[in-house]
Amino acid sequence: MVNKFVSSVTEAMADVRDGAVVLVGGFGEVGQPRDLIDGLIEHGARELTLVHNNAGVGQFGLARLLELGRVRKVICSFPRSSGSVIFQQLYKEGKIELELVPQGTLAERIRAAGAGVAAFYTPTGAGTKLGEGKETRLFNGKLCVLEHALYGDVALVEAWCADRWGNLTYKESGRNFNPIMATAAKLTVVQTHHTMELGALDPELIITPGIFVDRIVHIPNGNVSFSRSA
Amino acid sequence: MPGLVSGEFKPLSMREMAVRVAADIPDGWYVNLGIGIPMLIPEQLPPEREVVFHCENGILGMGPAPPPDAIDPWLINAAKQHVTLRVGGSICDHADSFAMIRGGHLNLAVLGAFEVAENGDLANWATLERDTPLGVGGGMDLATGAQRVWVVMEHTTKDGRPRLVRRCTYPLTAFGTVKRIYTNLAVLDVAPQGFAVTEMIPGMTVESLQARTEAKLFSAL
Repeated sequence: MVNKFVSSVTEAMADVRDGAVVLVGGFGEVGQPRDLIDGLIEHGARELTLVHNNAGVGQFGLARLLELGRVRKVICSFPRSSGSVIFQQLYKEGKIELELVPQGTLAERIRAAGAGVAAFYTPTGAGTKLGEGKETRLFNGKLCVLEHALYGDVALVEAWCADRWGNLTYKESGRNFNPIMATAAKLTVVQTHHTMELGALDPELIITPGIFVDRIVHIPNGNVSFSRSA
Repeated sequence: MPGLVSGEFKPLSMREMAVRVAADIPDGWYVNLGIGIPMLIPEQLPPEREVVFHCENGILGMGPAPPPDAIDPWLINAAKQHVTLRVGGSICDHADSFAMIRGGHLNLAVLGAFEVAENGDLANWATLERDTPLGVGGGMDLATGAQRVWVVMEHTTKDGRPRLVRRCTYPLTAFGTVKRIYTNLAVLDVAPQGFAVTEMIPGMTVESLQARTEAKLFSAL
């Protein structure tokens, strides 16, 4: 019987190795798998590469992971959010590497990884600082840069509802990077607000089919208030 | 304008600039709005005009901000402000949302800027500070992918330096992409020969506008 539910965050985070590339869903506070992030802190893996749209705010969650010195490199589109003080401090001190990626290129690199596309050309970033050093080519007269797929060792995903096969739905703008990250990692770990019996989710409305999911932890109504913002 | 004598003019407020841009957005367009003045545009559209607003984080059909007692914590825009979803609105993931942008499906992106060059180059993402990390967000995707890019910004910086320049001094967001600029003094198109002035506020002259602009202006009034 296929049953991807595990009983604890600790169990869900087992086998995350030092040096792992960790894809973390969420945009702002919404759709961020905060209990899994806390679990990653607890787990203690180091030398991580963190892939997320932002670089953590306040002193909790991802910012706490950074503060503890667990992250070697951040790959993101926007590390300047107000309250992103810990990242900015580490960056100033030269203690963390930043790979800045246009947001759409970040999403597409993740989608490409999930779909087995090794690299693709896009005009976004061509002729700018973020295109420097990248292979370029003209397509239909348009200058494009070559961007490589961004594979994760682990993806941390927040879902709204899950069944034991790992079929997932999301809630409103909580969807964001979660479905594409779920496809792009060797190990996809999900925290879900709700669960349903197999067969209860409308097959037409499942956003992430279970094949992309490895482990699910049920965190009932976790994070629903978004009240921890700094 | 009543009360103005020759040589005097009153620059548009941010709200008035939003009113001016809104007047040019036709019914049925799909539009993404950058942070700042562009975000004032939706409330300046007449209610019968159906313009569909897109947010980078997967919302197509963004509605107005909710009243404080009806905030839905799950629904935010790209600036991470609480928003609503209008009737007909939909949600998608980040890759599909940027496929709308990068695949040329948006009719228009209205963006702010530090500088626009006479060849349409746009600089709106990075200043020249060295010790803070840069952030790009979806700016390059929008500037490169939308069918057309309009900029709304003040004509000069706070200390009077021109923002409409021959070549950008700030790092580029995208090259040759801006089609039209709405400032607090004028409306200008980026034409093959450079900036073409199509409209000015009452009391403004082309000479006076030129004095506030580094690039050469052409009158298309």
